[in-house]
Amino acid sequence: MLIFNCPHCGVAAEETELSGGGEAHLKRFGPGCSDADFEGYLFTRENPKGVHFERWRHAFGCGKWFIAARDTVTLEVFGTYPAQTSEPPREIFDRISEKRPGWSWCNLSGEA
Amino acid sequence: MSDLSGFEGLVAIREVENQGMLTVRGDFGSEVLRAAVTGLTGVDFPGRRVAHVQGARGLLWMSPDELAVLLPRGEAAQAATRLAGQLAGVHALVVDVSDARVHFEIEGRVVRETIAKLAPVDMHPDSFTPGELRRTRFGQVAAGFWMADERTARIFCFRSVRDYMAGLLTVAADDHSEVAYFRK
Repeated sequence: MLIFNCPHCGVAAEETELSGGGEAHLKRFGPGCSDADFEGYLFTRENPKGVHFERWRHAFGCGKWFIAARDTVTLEVFGTYPAQTSEPPREIFDRISEKRPGWSWCNLSGEA
Repeated sequence: MSDLSGFEGLVAIREVENQGMLTVRGDFGSEVLRAAVTGLTGVDFPGRRVAHVQGARGLLWMSPDELAVLLPRGEAAQAATRLAGQLAGVHALVVDVSDARVHFEIEGRVVRETIAKLAPVDMHPDSFTPGELRRTRFGQVAAGFWMADERTARIFCFRSVRDYMAGLLTVAADDHSEVAYFRK
């Protein structure tokens, strides 16, 4: 069972109160982009064993989107932050580096 | 329609008649919005996850940009028009949802336990206190609730799932189902 703290309403919401929205921090490729970029935007997703960033919506609560950083193996949650954020906040970045030295995800990587 | 009259269980369950409700969306930083909704209801503007309710009037914090305004049912339609007029100059939305919501009041000794059976909310007295508003799910449907005091809670949900909610509450408050978890 996952429990995330919703950064918008402050509730410790458990999984059944939320709906998952897939991988976070996608960069959108739209009209005029190359076929390869568009394919990557539509279909290419991370499937990590370890640190992962996901979008979640507090569907039965305040209805807002947020991003959760968690470990897919241990289900440890490193933190949550509003979805209107283009990259993980420094403190979450540092917390992951502290607990999972040398981690990497997409084009992000922590210090070893 | 499942009939609640005559129900006797761990708590008394009552469908609240004549409760009007407006949904207001907008920027909570706007003085115009704050003055308009507090003027309409006569209660303070609520902070995060707070319910300020006096009688049939009140303000419920629904999300960082959404409020529920409680009013007597008869005033709701007119109040919505007036409020929309007052907010014409700011980015805001007002809808009268009185017909789309139903309110239940449950009252009795085991109010906390009745809610805890149905919603994924920590109902321990140290975690959830009267005056806090919580939006969550009851069984399979979206709902919100607040506790007026230790013995009384108000639950509201879509009117389309009124019978489901009435059924849930009557089962959770069945006379023979007390767990007494919060009395330890």
